[in-house]
Amino acid sequence: MTYENLLQEIIETDDRFVIMTAENRAAIRNLPAQIGKRFIDVGIAEQTLVGMAAGLALRGRVPVVHALASFLTMRAFEFIRTDIGIAGLPVKLVGGVPGFLSDANGPAHQAIEDISLMRGIPNINIFCPSDEEDLLIGLTSVLMSPKPFYIRFNNLKPSIQHSKKFEIGKAEIISQGNDITILTYGMMLAESLKAKKILEKLGYSIGLMNLRTLKPIDTKSIIKALKSSSLTVTIEDHFLTGGLFSIVSEILTKEKIMANVLPVALPDRWFKPALLDDVLEYEKFNGEHLALKIIDVLQQERKFITHFY
Amino acid sequence: MTGAELKELQAISLKVREHIIKMSGGGGCFIGASLSCADIIVYLYKKFLNIAPLTVKHESRDYLFLSKGHDVPALYAVLAEVGFIEKSRLKNHLKTNDNIYWHPNTNIPGVEFHSGSLGHLISVSMGVAYDCSLKNSSNKIVVVLGDGELNEGSIWEAAQIASAMKLDNLIAIIDRNQFQANIRTEHLIPLEPLERKFEAFGWNVFSCDGNDFESLEEAFLQIKNSRGRPSVLIADTIRGKGLPSIEAIADRWFCNFSEKEIQSLLNELHTKEKTNLISETLMVR
Repeated sequence: MTYENLLQEIIETDDRFVIMTAENRAAIRNLPAQIGKRFIDVGIAEQTLVGMAAGLALRGRVPVVHALASFLTMRAFEFIRTDIGIAGLPVKLVGGVPGFLSDANGPAHQAIEDISLMRGIPNINIFCPSDEEDLLIGLTSVLMSPKPFYIRFNNLKPSIQHSKKFEIGKAEIISQGNDITILTYGMMLAESLKAKKILEKLGYSIGLMNLRTLKPIDTKSIIKALKSSSLTVTIEDHFLTGGLFSIVSEILTKEKIMANVLPVALPDRWFKPALLDDVLEYEKFNGEHLALKIIDVLQQERKFITHFY
Repeated sequence: MTGAELKELQAISLKVREHIIKMSGGGGCFIGASLSCADIIVYLYKKFLNIAPLTVKHESRDYLFLSKGHDVPALYAVLAEVGFIEKSRLKNHLKTNDNIYWHPNTNIPGVEFHSGSLGHLISVSMGVAYDCSLKNSSNKIVVVLGDGELNEGSIWEAAQIASAMKLDNLIAIIDRNQFQANIRTEHLIPLEPLERKFEAFGWNVFSCDGNDFESLEEAFLQIKNSRGRPSVLIADTIRGKGLPSIEAIADRWFCNFSEKEIQSLLNELHTKEKTNLISETLMVR
């Protein structure tokens, strides 16, 4: 089963669905032949793509809209905010090659502020599957939800067998641990798993959480992790600003919790364009580097306490 | 169009203009653009669109989208005159007890979608048009654009795609009042030759005098019978139409008049006797 197969199944059983794209057909290559006029390709035109999706939704359709994450969330940002967000229309925005997945394309293609942008729009929810299996587990709930969604598309091969139990706003708890809890989402789950294995060999007890939806966020599980581990690590292929670290920081302030938090995110610059594995090595985001960063913090007993002004 | 029909339309448009003038005080409104498109909106609701207060949610209704949303006083006034909202609600203009504000919003029955950001509703109306054609439903989808709004790139992006998709149930009307916000279109970003531009984009192009009901009727009869491509009607209008003291004057775009001026403008609407206007024009966008 692939993303495309599941999409086709849903389309065939539910008349409301239409598939749209701004000529990004990579994940939906076979659908045009299968679904005819319910496949709508507007060409390279993200603004019209999103505007039309709003119009289709006004007529009761549920458009599943595909474009590259950077152009969808940025070129068409105001259309998403104004036409989808204000009206709260059930449009599903699927952003391709988000974060590190744009590998060698360069900064124009790097959607590493997409979560920050989408999360700031009232009504819009965010689904960040960690791989293809995770995507398929959550897809039906996300598509059937009456809410607009941003889907940070990811169909990499799974690195673990996921819990089939999916609920919007609920994290997948992969393991619980007393020393360190890693909070992550998207493709960084695979690298986090590698880091976890390295740290476990060194005798640490590691909790690992795949957040799945960043909006709504699983506040309850995050608070539990913050309170029960001596170090909480947020790992994401996103700018430090506006993503998971920001979400966790907001929870800490709101709940008046003091905790040690190590953020692993992209600093205030774009990442080195290269093939994915080389990007991870160069930017020190692969499992080995993640483990080293965490060990470094533990050994120096440096306290990463988030400050609020 | 019979003489009696013409008289009825003219009487309604006079009432609509009275409502618009009344909304140009106590905070004001975009009176110039509202007056330029008033006759177009009256014609659409009275003669062209299949929309009525009781069928406002029916799947088979026609759709009107006001993409240049700042002319919404004309729409509010027409909705009041044809019975979508009570006329007394117009007194709530800009008040927090209602939603009669400077741009359209769906809290007002008959408003299909909100606007305010220019260049949006052509693509939204294309989504509606696409669904109607997918269902073989004969709805007409009309979107009103401003001529200044044609500066927005998203209009031309959408125009290419509407033509590629052969959305012949889509009708764009351009309120060609010759002004951007404060400057003549031809002085800032010239639009001409506008008809040829849309022809080149693959649209059926029509033109008419947008402040003349017989001319509007003639154009819409042709549009009704055109197939295969989207249609655009370039409706030549006069900004501030009906009030000689503000007609086609660049800085009479957004106005906030005093009570005394409003009384005088209401008189001017009927007598064409120019009002001595002293209120400052506000620039709001």
